Amino acid sequence: MMEALTQSIYFGIALSLLCFQLALWIKSKVKSAIANPLLVSVIIIIAILLAFGIDYDTYYNGAKYISFFLTPATVSLAIPLYRQLTLLKKYPKAIFGGITAGVLTTMVSIFLLSLAFGLNHEQYVTLLPKSITTAIGMGVSEKMGGIATITVVSIAVTGILGNMIAEFICKVCKIEEPIARGLAIGTASHAMGTTKAIEMGEIEGAMSSLSIVVAGVMTVIAVSVFANFI
Amino acid sequence: MKFIKQLAIILTISFIAEMMEHLIPLPIAASMYGLVLMVICLVTHIIPLEKVEGAADFLVEIMPMLFIPSTVGIMTSVDALKQMLVPLVVICVSTTFLIMIVTGRTAQFILRKEGSGKKEASDGEKKDTEVQKS
Repeated sequence: MMEALTQSIYFGIALSLLCFQLALWIKSKVKSAIANPLLVSVIIIIAILLAFGIDYDTYYNGAKYISFFLTPATVSLAIPLYRQLTLLKKYPKAIFGGITAGVLTTMVSIFLLSLAFGLNHEQYVTLLPKSITTAIGMGVSEKMGGIATITVVSIAVTGILGNMIAEFICKVCKIEEPIARGLAIGTASHAMGTTKAIEMGEIEGAMSSLSIVVAGVMTVIAVSVFANFI
Repeated sequence: MKFIKQLAIILTISFIAEMMEHLIPLPIAASMYGLVLMVICLVTHIIPLEKVEGAADFLVEIMPMLFIPSTVGIMTSVDALKQMLVPLVVICVSTTFLIMIVTGRTAQFILRKEGSGKKEASDGEKKDTEVQKS
């Protein structure tokens, strides 16, 4: 019975979709960044797989058909970026200046901390793309020889934290300009932070979603240099 | 049918992007080539926005769900995660604070500098945008 159940490719697909729906429902009840739907559904799926003694390959045999859409979805990020291109033309200096400063800070601080912790190359490049959107970050990690699944975890931790601290940081550090706030949130904590930026205001939200892609592309370039340092 | 046509365009770009990944010897993932290619096609109006936006918005909306299968893969790298758990948490937490502050303060500094010296800024702005283009 168990074998018939898990041999079907629909097992992995159905399990993923159902658990995601469940996670969305939990999110609507809890209303906190910690109830991140991706993280919650992954925890539920792992718990189910472990409870029934089903290994990852059996699950992935079907679930891989969901991953198939990742590249087209990342390509589709071009559409929200294109819609915000007028903003980019309006404030090019603040946008490129702010995001460049942010991306360089990411690279240098992760490099120094990795040295301090004595991380090896694999662990170092796993963490380098931790501030950018999963779609771009996972690819960067894979390409550079990192552990993509751990990169996804670090991206989720960063995003959830960014979402929670955004308002506090803007207040304490006197980041008052809506444009600067949006750039800060999007560059530091990608899409998960952007949901908070959207709550803060229209300009904050637009700037934050613009930063997701701009910071993502800049990070790809920066990582190809910084990855060689450890 | 309209949706299928839109999906066909996006998948074709994805296919070209994967070919580029094989042909160009740079450590860049296919999806990045595809993203840049799509932006170029939209800006040059080779692909009008309305020919792709329905399917694209749908894919972007469901994106978090698409990461589930590979993230569940963490159950196969529990040992690797355990080994770097402390550095991971310390690095993620400390750098997120730092990046947010640096990005925000830098952007605000530039915005306010531009605002206070409008006349000088408009001169300097042309030069700066030229520098960025090159």
